[in-house]
Amino acid sequence: MHPAPSIILFTTLSGLGYGLAAMLGLGLLDPAHIATKVGHVLALMLIAGGLLSSTAHLGNPQRAWRALSQWRSSWLSREGVMAIATFIPLLWSAWLAVVESRYFWLPGLLGTAMSALTVVCTAMIYASLRSVQAWHTRLTPACYLLFAAAGGLVFTAFLAACSGMLSPSGTLAALAALAAAWGMKIKWRTRMQELSPLSTPESATGLGAIGQVRLFERPHMTENYLTREMGFRVGRKHAAKLWKAALVAGAVVPMILLAAASMAGPASTFAILLSALAALGFVLGILTERWLFFAEARHAVMNYY
Amino acid sequence: MKPRERVALSRPVADEVRKTTCYMCACRCGIDVHVKDGRIRYIEGNRDHPVNRGVLCAKGSAGIMQHYAPARLRAPLKRVGPRGSGQFQEISWDEALATAAEWLGKVRADDPKKLAFFTGRDQSQSLTGLWAQQYGTPNYAAHGGFCSVNMAAAGIMTIGGAFWEFGAPDWERTKLFVMFGVAEDHDSNPIKMGIAKLKKRGARFVSVNPIRTGYSAVADNWIGIRPGTDGLLILSVVHELLKARRIDVDYLVRYTNATWLVIDAPGTAEHGLFARDGEGRPLVHETVTEQIVPAGTNGARAGLSGRVQLDDGRFAVPSFQLLAEKYLDDKYAPEAVSGETGVAVDTIRGLAAEIARVAFEEEIFIGQPWADMNGQRHQGYVGRPVSFHAMRGLSAHSNGFQTTRALHMLQVLIGAVDCPGGFRFEPPYPKPLSAHPTPHGRAEHFGSNTPLAGPHLGFPRGPEDLLVDEDGRPARIDKAFSWDAPIAAHGMMHMVIANAHAGDPYPVDVLFMYMANMAWNSSMNTAGTIKMLEDKEEATGEYRIPKIIYSDAYASEMVAYADLVLPDTTYLERHDCISLLDRPISEPDAVQDAIRWPVLEPDRDVRPFQTVLLDLGARLNLPGFSDGHGRPLYKDYADYIVRHERRPGIGPLAGFRGPDGDRTGRGAANPLQLQRYIENGAFFSVHIPMEAQFFKHANRAYQDFAVRMGFFDTPQPVTFQLYQENLQKFRLAAEGLRAPFAPQTHRERIVQAFDPLPDWYRPFGEALADRNEYPCHAVTQRPAAMYHSWGSMNAWLRQIHTRNPLYVPGSICDEIGLKDGDWAWVISHHGRIRVEVARMEAVNASTLWTWNAIGKRAGAWALDADAPEARKGFLLNHLIADLLPPREDGLRLSNSDPVTGQAAWYDLRVRIEKAAAGGGSEPQWPPLAQPEPEAHPSELRYGQEWAQ
Amino acid sequence: MTSLPALPTPKKLGLVIDLDTCVGCHACVVNCKEWNTGGYGAALSDQDPYGAEVSGAWLNRVHSFEVVPEGEVVGEAGEARIVHFPKSCLHCEAAPCVTVCPTGASYKRADDGIVLVEEDKCIGCGLCAWACPYGAREMDLAAGVMKKCTLCIDRIYNETLEEADRTPACVRTCPANARHFGDLGDPHSHVSKLVAERGGIDLMPEQGTRPVNKYLPPRERTPLGASAGLLLEDTNDATGFFGWLDKMLDRI
Repeated sequence: MHPAPSIILFTTLSGLGYGLAAMLGLGLLDPAHIATKVGHVLALMLIAGGLLSSTAHLGNPQRAWRALSQWRSSWLSREGVMAIATFIPLLWSAWLAVVESRYFWLPGLLGTAMSALTVVCTAMIYASLRSVQAWHTRLTPACYLLFAAAGGLVFTAFLAACSGMLSPSGTLAALAALAAAWGMKIKWRTRMQELSPLSTPESATGLGAIGQVRLFERPHMTENYLTREMGFRVGRKHAAKLWKAALVAGAVVPMILLAAASMAGPASTFAILLSALAALGFVLGILTERWLFFAEARHAVMNYY
Repeated sequence: MKPRERVALSRPVADEVRKTTCYMCACRCGIDVHVKDGRIRYIEGNRDHPVNRGVLCAKGSAGIMQHYAPARLRAPLKRVGPRGSGQFQEISWDEALATAAEWLGKVRADDPKKLAFFTGRDQSQSLTGLWAQQYGTPNYAAHGGFCSVNMAAAGIMTIGGAFWEFGAPDWERTKLFVMFGVAEDHDSNPIKMGIAKLKKRGARFVSVNPIRTGYSAVADNWIGIRPGTDGLLILSVVHELLKARRIDVDYLVRYTNATWLVIDAPGTAEHGLFARDGEGRPLVHETVTEQIVPAGTNGARAGLSGRVQLDDGRFAVPSFQLLAEKYLDDKYAPEAVSGETGVAVDTIRGLAAEIARVAFEEEIFIGQPWADMNGQRHQGYVGRPVSFHAMRGLSAHSNGFQTTRALHMLQVLIGAVDCPGGFRFEPPYPKPLSAHPTPHGRAEHFGSNTPLAGPHLGFPRGPEDLLVDEDGRPARIDKAFSWDAPIAAHGMMHMVIANAHAGDPYPVDVLFMYMANMAWNSSMNTAGTIKMLEDKEEATGEYRIPKIIYSDAYASEMVAYADLVLPDTTYLERHDCISLLDRPISEPDAVQDAIRWPVLEPDRDVRPFQTVLLDLGARLNLPGFSDGHGRPLYKDYADYIVRHERRPGIGPLAGFRGPDGDRTGRGAANPLQLQRYIENGAFFSVHIPMEAQFFKHANRAYQDFAVRMGFFDTPQPVTFQLYQENLQKFRLAAEGLRAPFAPQTHRERIVQAFDPLPDWYRPFGEALADRNEYPCHAVTQRPAAMYHSWGSMNAWLRQIHTRNPLYVPGSICDEIGLKDGDWAWVISHHGRIRVEVARMEAVNASTLWTWNAIGKRAGAWALDADAPEARKGFLLNHLIADLLPPREDGLRLSNSDPVTGQAAWYDLRVRIEKAAAGGGSEPQWPPLAQPEPEAHPSELRYGQEWAQ
Repeated sequence: MTSLPALPTPKKLGLVIDLDTCVGCHACVVNCKEWNTGGYGAALSDQDPYGAEVSGAWLNRVHSFEVVPEGEVVGEAGEARIVHFPKSCLHCEAAPCVTVCPTGASYKRADDGIVLVEEDKCIGCGLCAWACPYGAREMDLAAGVMKKCTLCIDRIYNETLEEADRTPACVRTCPANARHFGDLGDPHSHVSKLVAERGGIDLMPEQGTRPVNKYLPPRERTPLGASAGLLLEDTNDATGFFGWLDKMLDRI
């Protein structure tokens, strides 16, 4: 699948935003601290930025509101509805934190739950597509959810460090989430690599009874919408390199840095720096992971090309 | 239905339907052009039209994009920069026509042969030929010489007809259909419709083609033959049929010259000619009375074998004995030809067996009584439901004439010509050779300001009809009808530029061409041709070919080399007639012709070429075009179509003649004729009576019908010429036995190629090339969605064929390490090209191929200079020499069939070498400047104004 | 509502495509384009039409495949073949493109099963194209809406057309009669009979889409070599042959 920057940004930013918002909703940070206030604003900006970015993918963004109508059948519609609905508790919580410097469990926990649901909806947009076998698994929402959680916790750790409240348990939670998320992702990717294709050129053409089927001529010689959208191919070696980079940047680096930050002491500037770098590494890692999520996924239509 | 599901289901398609004839290829289907707001909304096949019955191919369906293509020429042009620079100045029609008339008038007065007038893929040859004849130059032909003259000449000289325009398989009844070679470009919809009929009935379709695409892809059996060896395969099938005695003896005796006696007097001027009586009638041996009598003598039991003594003491044998002896020879046994053809012995034997089985065991009988030319009544038509078709796959080899003769011989031997289920003639064919003219163009045939003494093109009956001077030198610029190509019945357009450039046999002053892309895909040796067009005389600084007038509708490569460009209209903006005098659209059951008419008015300063030609004819005071005082006889082409009479009562169109429009074939001109055609869907059709539908070559009712229709003034039955006496005359000339003698330089070649019985020899291109150095064949196939070079300016069609790879057999790919997308050099003795390759398994193992004419020169056809057609597409033409390699005596002959002069495109031998990755195709030229730069839209949304 | 019709549609209009007959001429492809570019919804645009990256929206495309038999296959042992393969929307019964649509623009008609896009509602998100395993949907880059085969809904019900012309443009124009249109929900329709007689198949049945359009696979073929033994050779030399000829002449 074509790794469209708008979609990569959308899933990455909104995932981080919802992850952070979910953690903030648990009330783990001091609502009066400036870092927490910034955190709320940051979460909303990440979510909004992600959603905005997703509209760049639309042919007719002015009609985007229509996407809210089909929540009963379409995961994309559900995602849209949930995204908007989730703004209510999140804005409420943010208002309370930023303006009133307080935490209220109702919008907080509601925000956490709805954020998680929104992330699941996002993931289900992909996981529901049987045509993309790599995505069509429960592991996909699990990955998205765990990545959101891990991102949220890494960002939370950074904010905690900023407010001098980085606790070993917080760090431990972040480390655990990172391990779980990447562990899940490894499982996801292993599954993808071991898949035997559901559809083949033989089943796509029905000519398998005669022999092995190979494209002889494309219907039209130049690229078309389908090949541009679905025909993206990434080299195996290139993908392997990027995968390693994603693991290093998104898992190894944040885990080491967070552990180091935790050891540096709760109130040290060093801890702030280390946890900031950990968050940065995670973002880079996720961007790479998301690029691969699309680039490595093979669409059934390519059996015809 | 829910309210939201409402869509406008019953919108009228357009304001008006205008029915005309397609011209996206030469197939001539009927089309319904739906016009909305003055623009084309939709083009579909005309359901009532006999050619296509409502269907329409990709090309026809893309007419919109052809009609509105930015490559359309917009006004007459005068060249202002050097040739090939594309620098032109728009001029008025007055200036353009005055210039042309001045150039042409001077030549006509001084030396008319200094005009070479050749037309490409147009369908108005009866007009252009007449014009050239009245002008008086000997140098006129259409493009058949580089197209398919082998098909036409071999067919006419053997059975009095040919595939495509002069006949078709009996699609309704045939049970075994065998197609030879690529045929996707001509008669395309009828063949597709025919294949569909076969499939529906479960008839067997065998395709003989090195490449398994197009029609071959759906064939029940594919014979991936080695190019150029089809003749050998056919003769092997003939061998098998003779051996198994599966031939139609009755048919042979009735309809062929099998019984005619051939003089057996070696070393004499009449050896191998038919024995004739004092009236010139061929003689046969009447075996009951043991007498020699004229062929056709009632009640005679003419022998098919046996050496007999003629009254003059010489000996003679029936031609069939020669035929049988020749093909029964074991050198034609499947085992003997399998190696050369690459076809398995069992396959050859199986093909022969199936032909025999279907012809004789699945015989058809139609109980329609009929009478033959001898007055004998028959209870019905006996059908041998085996049919054949071939086109340029056989034609474009230097043995194509003989190969095609072999195929016709095969059809005749099993009695399958013009019978139910076989190959059937389409009126006005069959037409015996004797009804065709001989060629004109010798010095005594023309002179200053004088029409040519007769038609340019025809069939020499022997060397005495050649267009050569007393020293045997060619009279025509293309050397057609010379010893180089004695039966060049369609001329040799492919040699005109080379010969004019070389001044051999003489230089010309004006080269006048229409719709022929000679500066690109229509020439062999394209690079050399471009140089010839650009070459100047050192002494004078003038171009070697001083003046070039060219007419085309689009900015083709050739336009850039013209000095004067006469812009033609698109096919939807002009009148045309698809005439029985020319290349008809008849069906085996019906006589048909058709018109085009301007369904849209030109929005540019362009004129139909035929109208321009009539205008020039008047300006030049040509008889038949001018009243003698420079006043035109015809207002325009439409006027000519209606009022011109070739013979009294016979005009370009056969339908709606006579003052009341109720006469068919013969009749006075009808001023409302075109209107009647338009009302009738732009075509006219009259059915042949059932008692006249088969065995037309010998059917009394048909012959009478043909006379009534005005095809002929007297009946013209055809006796199939399995043994071709005219060829033997050339052989005798080459053996120095019969005057005029062939020049020494040509004798060996003529003796080899002019076998009076169908023969096979290795194509020259292959025979003269080093088989080890050039181990592969390279040929083209015709894509169904693109007609020659017409289509790259079409925004829809060019998406299907944006560039062309070279398809390489898998075994060769493995051997030299090629995979899809790699680049390779393809090298012939003449040149080298750099191409992108693609792997293929369904292909003859020694054959490389590509799609024809997709490669374009950068800047032509109003495409961006970086268009893939130019940067990655390519032509095989760069590898094909216009001349054969020099012989030991230094003589270089045209790379053509030695009989007909047909360009031998498919003789090409090459080798392939892997090239470095990336880059583009080679050779490349500097981009042509557009003659009329027009901003291209970066996006098309055709029809958006009608979107709901 | 982009849910699929709750009950099976009473009619299942669709195409039957005969791979044994299709010669790959692209007639259906281009005729579809010209009909639909001025018909239902936005024009089918072409980008860079005269340049290097020429590309456009098409609702029907013909692919070509090369099939190489593995091992011994009756009649075609070792012989590779080309199969031309037209492909457009299959109007699936379980159309995944419909259910993913967030706006309700995509829907399957309850009465005849045609899958359509209501372009005014389409936001051009492209998800339906992702959901379709067949590549039946293409975004029009100029209009930003999803285009797809409508089965020529503006022809098949068009009362301004003659009865015979109320058929999809691709079917009407196909010179090889490789395309057939009808109600595949009616077992007595000619298309259903064709499918039954010729063993019509679904493309990618494993995708669970239950396509309405069916494909007729290439027929089995008998090699010519199988007939090699049919010709009984009577002639060993020319003399015998001419003797036979003489006898034949007597019969005439």
